[in-house]
Amino acid sequence: MNIKKTALYELHKNHNAKFVEFAGYSMPIQYSEGIVKEHNITRSKSGIFDVSHMGQLFIKFSEDITSKLQEILPTDLKNLKINQSKYSFLMKENGGIYDDLIITRMKDQYMIILNAACKENDLQIIRNKLNDQSLEINNDLSLVAIQGPESKSILENVISNISKLKFMNGENFSFENNEIYITRSGYTGEDGFEISLPNKVVNSFVGELISKGSTLIGLGARDTLRLEAGLCLYGHDINENTSPVEANLKWAISKNRIDDNFTGSQKIKKQIEEGVSKLRVGIKPETRVIARESTKIFDEKDNEIGKVTSGTFGPSVNASIAMGYISNSHSKTDTKVFLEVRGKKVPANVCDLPFYKKSYVKGEANV
Amino acid sequence: MSDTKFSKEHEWITLDGEVGTIGITKHATEMLGDIVFAELPEKGSNVEKDGTAGVVESTKAASDVYTPVSGEVVEINQSIVDDPSKINADPEGGAWFFKLKLKDKSELDTLMNKGEYDKFAKETSA
Repeated sequence: MNIKKTALYELHKNHNAKFVEFAGYSMPIQYSEGIVKEHNITRSKSGIFDVSHMGQLFIKFSEDITSKLQEILPTDLKNLKINQSKYSFLMKENGGIYDDLIITRMKDQYMIILNAACKENDLQIIRNKLNDQSLEINNDLSLVAIQGPESKSILENVISNISKLKFMNGENFSFENNEIYITRSGYTGEDGFEISLPNKVVNSFVGELISKGSTLIGLGARDTLRLEAGLCLYGHDINENTSPVEANLKWAISKNRIDDNFTGSQKIKKQIEEGVSKLRVGIKPETRVIARESTKIFDEKDNEIGKVTSGTFGPSVNASIAMGYISNSHSKTDTKVFLEVRGKKVPANVCDLPFYKKSYVKGEANV
Repeated sequence: MSDTKFSKEHEWITLDGEVGTIGITKHATEMLGDIVFAELPEKGSNVEKDGTAGVVESTKAASDVYTPVSGEVVEINQSIVDDPSKINADPEGGAWFFKLKLKDKSELDTLMNKGEYDKFAKETSA
């Protein structure tokens, strides 16, 4: 299979990117600054992320489409306002998650942003549900995120009036006479924006952001940033065998949909009423040792009680951090647990998420 | 430092009398990226040539540190455990890992000199 490249590939190369294959794409893992510096630049100033490998699916709006989408997403789409975005899940029959996604109600259509590794499978599920085999991911568009405290003023210098956007809301703007769509959202725990725009202008757009003071950031720092912010990475922290309830993402299921029918809804309802046996939690080792994915978790009596799904060193919290699933009886904050790393049991504590306090610019309540 | 020797696992060693000082090469740190964790062998323990004698972790992955020669650990550099970023900053100087009382000096003959190592590093990272 040919490895795919985004429209920004040459620009990454010219900025000394180190590339890694991710979901069939050659993507920058880091640039010459390195992961920790890139992480810190995003937290203190502004960083640019090429996320064009993610799938952008546009579906013409109608009430019938809304009803059908509600059969596979646990989100109240009927009350979704024009230009409002929601975090949601493409649900599996067993209550598991085929993908996590952001759905935005644009004026005449829905925009759904899908994970790169899942997008082809997602597309087929959505095609089948909507009975429309002509639906396609839009590959003429790039997706760029700009994140961090200075991003608003930098982006405002390139596109006027973006400051008025509220968190999880979007709008149409224009760049070099091309229509583009910007939402105030992201995956770093910082204030920021995601910009969907034609491939033919993306190099010029990113070049402008760099000249106004933002910096290219690779997937390596994207991972440390999102983990500090307590955000899930599909395929690791959530998958086809974890439900949104087990993943501690119940907030993303609209309250008026809990008693409604959607794929997996019976399982979800049962879990909400009766509780779950395992739960996703934050875990903080007491030393700097890193507990990577699949690290086994034990209780004080040496019983295995769970597994780590993501772990790294968090530069902004200056500590080793992890997330994982743990038996419900041990999921309370401050519960002492032990992580088996290289044959040794490392003491750790269950902790609240996020590790790093978010600084989103909130509008109205979004949940 | 023309008397520095290098291993294929990207460690360096310098000898002062019976005691060798061991660290990882600049090339190794460039491949690893930002190092955020280091674990060293215990003082007083014995390590065998090419055996593991520590761990370094970057934000991306964990890597074992091997000892290029056998001996007894007589000193460890606690400052790199407390602040692992020192390893990226000065890998072939202040950020040495541990000192060994060598068991068999002839083991040094199996290692590469600077010129040989630079060539080896260039070829294997291409």
